[in-house]
Amino acid sequence: MRWRRLTRNRLSFGALCVILAVTLTSLLAPWVAPYDPDNPDAEATLASVSMRHPLGTDVYGRDQLSRVIHAGRIDLLVALCATAIALTLGSALGAGAGYRGGWVDQLVMRSVDAIMAFPAFILAMAITAALGNSIANVVAAIAITHVPIYTRLIRGEMLRVRETEYAEAARTVGNRPHQIVLYHLLPNCVPPLVVQATLAMGFAILTVAALSFIGLGIHPPQSEWGQMTAEGAGYVVSGEWWLVLFPGFAIMLTVLAFNLVGDTLRDLLDPRMRGVR
Amino acid sequence: MTDLLEVRDLTVHFDTEAGLVEAVDGVTFNVRSGEILGVVGESGSGKSVTALALLRLIRPPGRIVQGAVVFEGTDLVGLSEDEMRAVRGTRIAMVFQSPRTALNPVLTVGRQISRLFELHQGASRAEGRTRTIGMLKLVGISEPERRARQYAHQLSGGMCQRVMIAMALATSPRLLLADEPTTGLDVSIAAQILELLRDLGRRTGASILLITHDLGVVAEVCDRVAVMHAGQIVEVGAVRAIFARPLHPYTQALVRSIPRIDRDVTMEPIPGIVPSLLAPPPGCRYADRCPRVLDVCRRDRPAPRAAAPDHEVACHAAEVEDAPARG
Amino acid sequence: MGFGRYVLQRLLLVIPTLFGVTLIAFTLTYLLPGNPALVKAGALATPEHVAEIERRMGLDRPVPVQYWRYVTGLLRGDLGESSSTGRPVLEDFRQRIPATLELTLASLIVAVAIGIPFGVLSAVHRDTVLDHLSRLLGVGGVAMPSFWTGLLLLYVFFYLLGVAPAPLGRIAADVTPPTRILGLYVVDALLTANGTALVSSLHHLMLPALTLGFAVMAPLTRMVRATMLEILESDYVTAAWAAGLPRRRVIYGDALRNALIPVITLLGVIFGFLMAGNVVVEMVFAWPGLGHYAVTSLMTKDPGPIQSFVLFVAVMYVLVNLGVDLLYGLADPRIRLR
Repeated sequence: MRWRRLTRNRLSFGALCVILAVTLTSLLAPWVAPYDPDNPDAEATLASVSMRHPLGTDVYGRDQLSRVIHAGRIDLLVALCATAIALTLGSALGAGAGYRGGWVDQLVMRSVDAIMAFPAFILAMAITAALGNSIANVVAAIAITHVPIYTRLIRGEMLRVRETEYAEAARTVGNRPHQIVLYHLLPNCVPPLVVQATLAMGFAILTVAALSFIGLGIHPPQSEWGQMTAEGAGYVVSGEWWLVLFPGFAIMLTVLAFNLVGDTLRDLLDPRMRGVR
Repeated sequence: MTDLLEVRDLTVHFDTEAGLVEAVDGVTFNVRSGEILGVVGESGSGKSVTALALLRLIRPPGRIVQGAVVFEGTDLVGLSEDEMRAVRGTRIAMVFQSPRTALNPVLTVGRQISRLFELHQGASRAEGRTRTIGMLKLVGISEPERRARQYAHQLSGGMCQRVMIAMALATSPRLLLADEPTTGLDVSIAAQILELLRDLGRRTGASILLITHDLGVVAEVCDRVAVMHAGQIVEVGAVRAIFARPLHPYTQALVRSIPRIDRDVTMEPIPGIVPSLLAPPPGCRYADRCPRVLDVCRRDRPAPRAAAPDHEVACHAAEVEDAPARG
Repeated sequence: MGFGRYVLQRLLLVIPTLFGVTLIAFTLTYLLPGNPALVKAGALATPEHVAEIERRMGLDRPVPVQYWRYVTGLLRGDLGESSSTGRPVLEDFRQRIPATLELTLASLIVAVAIGIPFGVLSAVHRDTVLDHLSRLLGVGGVAMPSFWTGLLLLYVFFYLLGVAPAPLGRIAADVTPPTRILGLYVVDALLTANGTALVSSLHHLMLPALTLGFAVMAPLTRMVRATMLEILESDYVTAAWAAGLPRRRVIYGDALRNALIPVITLLGVIFGFLMAGNVVVEMVFAWPGLGHYAVTSLMTKDPGPIQSFVLFVAVMYVLVNLGVDLLYGLADPRIRLR
């Protein structure tokens, strides 16, 4: 019974290490990657796993390991930006809606409901298609689909805390609304926000990968894990498995790491959100 | 009067993440034919666990470490699960606390009773339904046909409890385990339920093991009472004797803490809390809260001794000095 | 009557949601790069001709009017035209819906048939190898991109083992599709007793359904497990056991029945995941459904279909969620008989 707790913690610790490792490699990509990702090696086109090219090469002879490392930058960057934007925007909207109530609340909540009426990926697809293929648009699309999560979270907290005597006391003492929000209500919100943001990183990566896979979002000359998988997709039927396995595995590993850390954070920080294990 | 149930040295442990919890420790008591035995104690004293252990309903991480539960001559602890199943609901039945949560929310209450008739007595659907209506009438539910088709959330707390009792008595068990049957009920409804239990007990000749934290309930319906503290039985005897002359300091404290309307007494709460059952003290578990604690109390666990015919107490101090008669 | 109010409430909520959905879809269509009139008129059209078409399409009108035209057009079934097929989008939809429907249903069956028992057994045999495996798959499954799963399955079962067909569509090239009754090849083949078509279409449906089914299985298993665990601790389960019911019957009868009710609410969310996954899986396996249509149109700079597709999916999602809510209300007597 007791070892279960330990393995859980070791698992999450491992996950945290993975996240750090992936982030560091991405940041230091130009120095960590063994080859220039865009440099073709004419002698080794479509080569399988080997000592020279640990993850193989593609049809142009580009080293896959280097490409995976470099591609990670885009994935992480997009996920991070989208999550940061969604968190800020969503929290602001949720705080406003929860605190003001009335028509502001109604407007925000109906908008959020409308966004949530779409499956997230589908909406991201539509937004990217409408705005055009670029990293910025992908970030915007993912951010928009994630805003409702934070809006609902913060609004819920707001409504809960607004009614407490805590806030009442703060009001009577003469604190102005934004002071109450910043000093009294936000600290309560930080733990669930952190949990949600961590989990959202995983979703963001999956979304950008899937979007790029179907051709929306990141396209050559930039490389991204999903886009690399799409390039390799055609070769699976003729047996060149390494082009698909490694980028996809990179996605899975990173998303898994974020999910595990997010779950552990949830257990630690916010017992209210704890489900049955 | 023969002993319907003889519990000897029953011990139940729970293997939790925090450690080994000795929830029930060496519990010994008897239930006689046709009597109502009360088991009284604070929350956490192990009363419910004892009842569940009698029916072998203890699931991992809990287990019955040792002991014998001799019911009508057979030791239930040694029976297989299949054999035990034949006992449950037919010869020994149980009524649970908080009746609403003890009833399945998605089955009609009638179905929950009638299927027991089908299961234990091989009745057909129609027969089961008829007998169910009969049982509901017996426990005092008006419009039984209509009620049988309803769900637990549509009935009041008192009615749910009556349904539970109907379920338990459906197959005329010899022993009924009632775990806090009146907790959470209105005082007047609670009185009705107790009355019902006593009445049905007399009519069917069944014995009742009534678990409660309320001495008032004990005084009302029980013939004998066992007092539990921290997983151990500290005193057993006839209700009148226990109330008139409580011997164990814990029993005395319990009796003293009953509010009285006929004279002025200062209500004295019992000091301290139930000791943690994770690493229970080696000697008497009441030692830290006891006004009459002796050195020997902390070293040796007191064994139950007969202080009078049909009155046992497990206490070092009680032997040393005669408890003052209540006056 | 309690339940009547519940139904009414749900129905009323749907209307503003649908309104919001059309608003968002309209905004996105409005934002599309390029001038639809130009596209329609063709590259060689004169500016006057383009202006004429603009006027006819109402593009010179104020935004609210355009929105009104948009919505009324939708209700008429006008989803625009596809420049790559040259046909109204609605027609293209009609042709491709059965493929998506078949894949969605098959994947749902896979997810439910494997996911629910897995979750139940996982809860009943807690902390055993089975439980750990299911939790591992649950956590890992959510992290695996569905296109990756599909491609890996293709590699293993097509290239390595040769038991799966090449990803070229719904049925083998040399087999004629069964007579169209519903458009679902498997069902139609069964109904027309067409053995060859049945085998071939099942064969082709196998990998896509497994891929998509696996992708949505994880949340289902997790919820079933969590709900079962909670219920197994409940008083009425112990009470049923105490009444002499065999433990098996208590678990797979009483407990499971209670556990499945909240799972119904999850079905709506799962439908959303299925639709999202559909797009990717259809691309991997060249499955000629709606998702494939929307994406390929996009690649050929034909912007209309994707927005119509997105709108269609959203409307379906809202309706499915409504249906799920109503079903839940019927299944749970605590709501049905308030």
